[in-house]
Amino acid sequence: MTDTASTPLSTDALKAAVRAMAVAIIDHTEELSRLDQAIGDGDHGLNMKRGFEAILAKLDGSADAPPALLKSIGTTLVMTVGGASGPLYGSLALAMGKALGDQPLTLACAADLLDAGIQSVMSRGRSQAGEKTMLDTLVPVLAVVRAGGADLGDRVKAAAAAGAAATVPLRASKGRASFLGERSIGHMDPGARSSQLLIEALCDALSKDPAP
Amino acid sequence: MSDSNDNVGIVIVSHSPDVARGVADMVAQMVGIEVKVAWCGGNVDGGLGTHVPAILEAIDKAWTPRGVAILVDLGGAQTNAEMAIEMLAEDRQGLVVVCEAPIVEGAIFAATEAAGGADLAAVRAEAEALRAP
Repeated sequence: MTDTASTPLSTDALKAAVRAMAVAIIDHTEELSRLDQAIGDGDHGLNMKRGFEAILAKLDGSADAPPALLKSIGTTLVMTVGGASGPLYGSLALAMGKALGDQPLTLACAADLLDAGIQSVMSRGRSQAGEKTMLDTLVPVLAVVRAGGADLGDRVKAAAAAGAAATVPLRASKGRASFLGERSIGHMDPGARSSQLLIEALCDALSKDPAP
Repeated sequence: MSDSNDNVGIVIVSHSPDVARGVADMVAQMVGIEVKVAWCGGNVDGGLGTHVPAILEAIDKAWTPRGVAILVDLGGAQTNAEMAIEMLAEDRQGLVVVCEAPIVEGAIFAATEAAGGADLAAVRAEAEALRAP
């Protein structure tokens, strides 16, 4: 995390964080697919891997400032991931880029960006927290980011892990897992897990590189 | 016989290219060349799935000034179809809709309605009337 809430995150630091998030997804391809095989169609790992590989391929040569970078990431996810997660994660990044606009990217605006992203996911998926989806990770994370305070990175990671774990006993009411009814209970939602991985990687990357 | 450009076009989006092609064949058997029908299915790697660029291409193929009705199979197809609509040029966005209907019956009912010159709202309503109560 940056030292102060108003220190802008540099484009290079954002790119390093995105790279770390991509690596986290790619490294967990099999786990995500396994989770999705249990309650879905089993393609979440490969779909996300394809999307984040496409992001990595574009990232190095990109001269985009943070808002354009978020837009480009969102568009890449929409166009390459497929499944429901492509439009959902794509909408998340697109909405964050739009909410950022011309402001500098700072910790102070992080909650507003995430909030805009979450609203977009809710609207695209016609869903809310408690339905065994990525929102069960993202919504509790937003509450922690919004509250701010010391050791924010660690508390955000803890909220993401708790949110993903909390999907295990839930019965799915959205997506293909909802077809399983009661049998969706007892499995972690793959989207909640991929969101946790992304947030952990983001927090770790930002704590490693506090310099603007 | 009306020109296909006078009628609403139909797009079939399935996770499986075989299903999408099969539904399009069944539709064509009913409406011949009176209605433009396009289909897509499968992910970018050739596996099962749906993805936005293929849906955009199919909308383009089925495009007429009367609009396009999209029939989908499962959740991801619907989410991707809705995303594709948002990515269309603004003047086309209001003329493309996703029908919440069973893909096979919905496509055939929608296309039959379209062949009679019905507008987009009527085509969609015809497909959506099939939903289980």
